[in-house]
Amino acid sequence: MTDTAAVLAALDAVRDPELDEPVTSLGFVASCTVSADGVADVHLRLPTYFCAPNFAFLMVADAYEAVSGVPGVLRTEIVLDDHFASDAINGGVAARSGFVAAFGELADSELDQLRIDFIRKAVLAGTDRVCRPMLAAGRTGAELAELTLGDAPPSADRDRLRARRAELGLPCDDTSPLLVDAVTGEGVGAAALPLHLQKARVTRVGVEANTGICRGMLRDRYPSLGLGQDS
Amino acid sequence: MYEKDGEKYFVVDSHMHYWDASPQNWVAGQENYAKGWIECFHAYQSLGPAETHWSIEHFQKYSEQDLMKDVFEDGHVDVAVFQPTYLKSWYTEGFNTTEKNGELAEKHPGKFIVNSRFEPRGGDAAMKEFEADVERWQPKGVKLYTAEWLDDSRGWTLKDPEAYRFLERAQELGIKNVHVHKGPTIWPLDKDAFDVSDVDHAATDFPELNFIVEHVGLPRIEDFCFMATQEPNVYAGLSVVIGGLMHARPNFFAKVMGELLFWVGEDKMTFGSDYGIWEPKWQVEGFVDWDYPESDAFSDYPRVNVATKKKILGLNAAKLYGIEVPAEFQLPDSAGTPAAQDDAKLVEESIGAPA
Repeated sequence: MTDTAAVLAALDAVRDPELDEPVTSLGFVASCTVSADGVADVHLRLPTYFCAPNFAFLMVADAYEAVSGVPGVLRTEIVLDDHFASDAINGGVAARSGFVAAFGELADSELDQLRIDFIRKAVLAGTDRVCRPMLAAGRTGAELAELTLGDAPPSADRDRLRARRAELGLPCDDTSPLLVDAVTGEGVGAAALPLHLQKARVTRVGVEANTGICRGMLRDRYPSLGLGQDS
Repeated sequence: MYEKDGEKYFVVDSHMHYWDASPQNWVAGQENYAKGWIECFHAYQSLGPAETHWSIEHFQKYSEQDLMKDVFEDGHVDVAVFQPTYLKSWYTEGFNTTEKNGELAEKHPGKFIVNSRFEPRGGDAAMKEFEADVERWQPKGVKLYTAEWLDDSRGWTLKDPEAYRFLERAQELGIKNVHVHKGPTIWPLDKDAFDVSDVDHAATDFPELNFIVEHVGLPRIEDFCFMATQEPNVYAGLSVVIGGLMHARPNFFAKVMGELLFWVGEDKMTFGSDYGIWEPKWQVEGFVDWDYPESDAFSDYPRVNVATKKKILGLNAAKLYGIEVPAEFQLPDSAGTPAAQDDAKLVEESIGAPA
């Protein structure tokens, strides 16, 4: 029989697209049950009533995909609660109709580009996470321009950076350059390196500050912890 | 004004409100939106110190007496700039309008600056309304909210031809400062209210206007920073940056401030409390006391000193609005180049950029 733990594990792989963190550890999973006949029922919650519907839609749709794929789950119901566009999002995801159909004339296009933009930001933020300790350990910028991904010390941050680059189809094996342009995949040379690292740094600050605000507002809105939430 | 450790700070609160979001003002049939909006704002207030939190009832509608006390008596503010936000789709009389702000300003001469706004999707009627507003209130600034709903439209951009028509007219009518909300948003759906590329266009095409990007594009500060660093007439409006982060997330606050000082510089950053979301008192006092935490994590960023804070808390906005600042609050002429430029060079050198 499929248990809740398996469904939660699947949800661990679902990320808030902008914060690049699992919805579980962010506290977005309000409840999760699996019935004896394989119906998975998950309720999601967000920091505010007005969180952007495009991000919310991506998350709910991703949660649907992840949970449907768990062995033993025969039917999946993902419900976003307490959001101004809950009905449209929940209905749209359940019908697998896509963002445009869910929102009709209010939506210009599907969300693929949005997702790509955010993964590119995750690559930049991840670049800062990997490079900062190396610079602190004494590497110079000029050196970094010559290094490969394999030259960076193994770490969870490097794994994560590699995974995001893979999602975009950017070079990501050990022989690929440590620093690549997040759009073109080309290696970043010594001349362009300072600005690239500065952009990586400010992108990371933006993502992490945003995460901090979202976590704070969620805690204020829902004092009880979500399933898998970092306390 | 605020005095600390022998230094005197002239304080211009460049972004504040006098709103009415009480249920009596909600448009029938739109209660969910009206309620959700003000509750969302109230949740932001929770990011400030606990003793500064208000009940939701008080938050929905505060009095003139509350405002004068919170802002001028307790808040250390010398001059406050009203930034209107209309939202008449949800609030019958508007959320906070130029008229309501203006009435209060006329009761307290010298305390307030009243900004107007325009709605480029409203065509000729909206243009007439804007011109009448300008004649009545003689504003030097406007507040623009590009994500505001109007009928079927869920937003507009500063690049739109209609927007340019209004910007041109605004400039003709003596408007100097354009405050654009680019920050934590209610929606849009897939249109991107955080997107600052429209400011980029407008700032290039209107070099005589100043564009103050309120909330600095939070959370997309990287997009704002890349854009602002290249445009001499783009400013970082710090409303929400200080209120939302300084108390609740001091490390992130320090990093966000460091980035802004690095990319934009201390001469183009302006304090705003975003009252009534947060009271000015703790923000002004906290910012005067603020410095980066002791850590290598902040060594990339320009240093902060008394001059930095005097500029950000009031002198920069005073220049934008032609406010006369008494000599005791001004900086000596030998203040020198902004810290950001010198320190930016240091950063390039330290990470081994080629000469």
